Amino acid sequence: MIKIEKLSKHFGKLQALKNIDLSLMPGQCISLIGPNGSGKTTLIKSILGMVVPSSGSIYFEDKNINREWAYRSDIGYMPQKGEYPENMSIGQVLDMMIDIRKTPSHLLDNELYEKFELESMLDKRMRTLSGGTRQKVSACLAFMFNPKVLILDEPTAGLDPVATEILKEKIIQEKEKNKLILITSHVLSDLDDLVSQIIYMQDGQLRFHKSLAELKADTGTDKLSRAIAHVMGYKNLTKEVIHEQ
Amino acid sequence: MNNKIIKYVISDLLRNRTILFYTLVLLALSLSIFFMEDNTDKGIASMLNLVLFVVPLVCIVFSTIYLYNSTEFIALLVSQPLKRQSIWLSIFIGLASAMTLTFLVGVGIPTFIFAYSSSGITLVIGGLLLSLIFVSIAMWTAVRIRDKSKGIGLAIILWLYFAVIFDAMLLFLLFQFADYPIEKMMIAVSMLNPIDISRILILLEIDLSAMMGYTGAIFRNFFGTHTGMLITGFVMLLWTALPLWFATRYFKKKDL
Amino acid sequence: MVHRSHGKTFGSKDMAMKNFLFHILITGVYLCMVVGTTRATTIHVGKQHVIQSITQAIAKAENGDTIIVHGGLYQEENILITKSLSLIGIDNPVIDAQKKHEPVSIEANHVTIKGFTIKNSAHSSIKDVAAIKIYNGRYVSIQNNILDNNFFGIYLQNAKNCHIENNRLQTYGETERLVGNGIHAWKSDSITILNNEIFGHRDGIYLEFVTHTQVDRNVAQHNLRYGLHFMFSHDNQYHYNTFKANGAGVAVMYTQRVRMEHNIFEENWGDATYGLLLKDITDSHIQHNTFVKNTTGIFMEGSNRIQIEQNSFENNGWAIKIFTSCMHNTLSRNTFIQNTFDVATNGGKMTNTFQGNYWDNYEGYDLNKDGIGDVPHHPVSLFSMLVERYPAAMLLFRSFMVTLFDRSEKMIPSLTPENLKDEEPLMKPIRQLTESSTKHAIR
Repeated sequence: MIKIEKLSKHFGKLQALKNIDLSLMPGQCISLIGPNGSGKTTLIKSILGMVVPSSGSIYFEDKNINREWAYRSDIGYMPQKGEYPENMSIGQVLDMMIDIRKTPSHLLDNELYEKFELESMLDKRMRTLSGGTRQKVSACLAFMFNPKVLILDEPTAGLDPVATEILKEKIIQEKEKNKLILITSHVLSDLDDLVSQIIYMQDGQLRFHKSLAELKADTGTDKLSRAIAHVMGYKNLTKEVIHEQ
Repeated sequence: MNNKIIKYVISDLLRNRTILFYTLVLLALSLSIFFMEDNTDKGIASMLNLVLFVVPLVCIVFSTIYLYNSTEFIALLVSQPLKRQSIWLSIFIGLASAMTLTFLVGVGIPTFIFAYSSSGITLVIGGLLLSLIFVSIAMWTAVRIRDKSKGIGLAIILWLYFAVIFDAMLLFLLFQFADYPIEKMMIAVSMLNPIDISRILILLEIDLSAMMGYTGAIFRNFFGTHTGMLITGFVMLLWTALPLWFATRYFKKKDL
Repeated sequence: MVHRSHGKTFGSKDMAMKNFLFHILITGVYLCMVVGTTRATTIHVGKQHVIQSITQAIAKAENGDTIIVHGGLYQEENILITKSLSLIGIDNPVIDAQKKHEPVSIEANHVTIKGFTIKNSAHSSIKDVAAIKIYNGRYVSIQNNILDNNFFGIYLQNAKNCHIENNRLQTYGETERLVGNGIHAWKSDSITILNNEIFGHRDGIYLEFVTHTQVDRNVAQHNLRYGLHFMFSHDNQYHYNTFKANGAGVAVMYTQRVRMEHNIFEENWGDATYGLLLKDITDSHIQHNTFVKNTTGIFMEGSNRIQIEQNSFENNGWAIKIFTSCMHNTLSRNTFIQNTFDVATNGGKMTNTFQGNYWDNYEGYDLNKDGIGDVPHHPVSLFSMLVERYPAAMLLFRSFMVTLFDRSEKMIPSLTPENLKDEEPLMKPIRQLTESSTKHAIR
């Protein structure tokens, strides 16, 4: 579905992405993890066309996305920090996005909209909203247009536990519809029951891309968080090993 | 360009408190000037400072701040199935429409009521073009500089340059080359500053008698002819289009 | 014939009286001729009459006769009048000189020409050909004529006590060389020039070595050189004239004791163009005039002891340019509104007095409410001095830099002449002269 070949990105001297190859399939729910500054967000933004790669290419359904824009109608994106024009109301933001997407109203997925009870707040201005409510709006927008791919950047940050639960259920539901879901997150335990694949990035490099089962088998743990901790420890270990040699 | 984005940007801006405040201040200043001056041309002369000074400053600083505050929103728009160029141009059109509308309400209407004359019309057209030009320059500033405070700083410096420093340099040049026939060169140099162009066009209306003198006549022979006006209009459009064009070109490749 | 006196002082009253007496005299003379003497006859000229040419009629006429010329086209050679005759046109007779002759020449006293259209005089660079030329005439009256497309209009040479009224003069030449003056007087005395309209001539009215003359209520517009031009012409008066959009305004030179009152100087635009140019004028009065939209309202050079009072200066580039060669002039009770520059000068020393004028850009205050500003006004701005030296600086007018310059100069004067100031600036304009006078201009 999404294929990435030899993707690199520099920001001045900083190399944010180094020669990344990836292949992502429908039905996968992938957790993109790594420490701060590891290149997760840059990778996501490259897929979304927000960052222009220095070299390499990205294919969406076998089409190179370079200079393309129409493919993005198949992607739902929930940014890390949802900022909207401060004088627009929630209703206007939703209307605008619906206008932009040109999706007929019977095809809209209003589940999150209803469950987050946004209807009662339609007239509220964006500047008056809490971070959590803005996240709800962002989530709602990402799922609203029934996209084939969902890219969620730190989706649960700032959400209250109830909302997090609603969102998780929604993600599971979408996964079952054979969609490709890409999530970045720090809070690992939140994602334990969703994830089918793990991509681990560090210093702009792809460390590994494994299924959860594989990872658990390799590390001999059952919990995702422990497996990750193991990976990080393992990495430190290899460094020491290399050092000793 | 995307009509929806334009529509939403405008409706967002028209509810912006700064914009409302700016409109009211312009309106209050215009009305008080026209109420105090019974002579139309004197009123226009006082309005000149408002139009040449306040309008560019507010346009460039406000637009720059608005663009920085919209960074995340613009990024969100870019993640949508939209062409980058159309996003950027739509934002320009939205901003430009809001600023010109504000100007029309705050300055245009009072001027047309109290000073509906060729000098009044020139003043309003000049102010409208300056609004467009300084929004366009703001677009360039905001797209080129990532850091908000540096960007706003640059916007203010650019304004200072066009409003004050340029004229100081021109005056210096004039003293240095006073022994040479520099009038024609002065016309060419003044084209490098849209504020000066607007000012001279209004001078030719309200100080026409003085401008009929020897040097004035040279300016008048240029700005007063159809060819001159055509060139002047073209230069003003260029001042609107060029910063916007550079900004758009940069925005197309910018990492958000 | 209505004669109006506008004079308020002894001089002009005396003058008016003189003119008045002259009119009574002239009327008396006519009465004597027509009624008193049986010899005076009336000769009719026209298609329906025995005599068909004016020249023929003049040949038949005796001193004191009246020739009535009926409507029609009269293409004759030079009509030379050597007797005291009245030529009265009825139903607009047209004298057409076909560009070959001088249409009418007068070499006699007591001649009246009234009600004619005279056109197409010859053009000559050797002789100043005029539609009506008066040689050494006394008591000649030229009234209600239309003079069209002539070289000179009415030419008075060594004339005295002549009266020129209600004529309309127009010509169409492109350059100064191809057109003569509208009303031209040379070496004459006691002439009345009243209510004439002059368009397209070289000078509208030109006077040289002319004395005791009254020029009233004329309109000179779109003339190629000056609206009014006089030199070496003393003791004359100019009232209620309008000089609009002439090549270079009005020029008065080398003259003493002139009264210029209630005139309008308008739209005299250009580099060396002035509403009123004063060069070597002394002991004169310039009062109640209106200067509107001139590049320079008054330009003064070498002129002394002139009272410039109660004039109105509006929308001029420079209201007054006064050179340091001018001494002991008084400018008071004038009104300055919306001029780009009110006063410009070329130096520091000033012996001229500015007092009690209204300056619209006066920024002082009047705490004791006596209508007079409490702080003096300096009408010369730093920028105006700058523009005198660097004309191209005009381009920067009304820019922030220039405003800043002028402001700082106002606080700490250093370059502008310190003693050129109005100690008693008025808080309100004296009275609006413009309204009545503008109407007068438009007619």
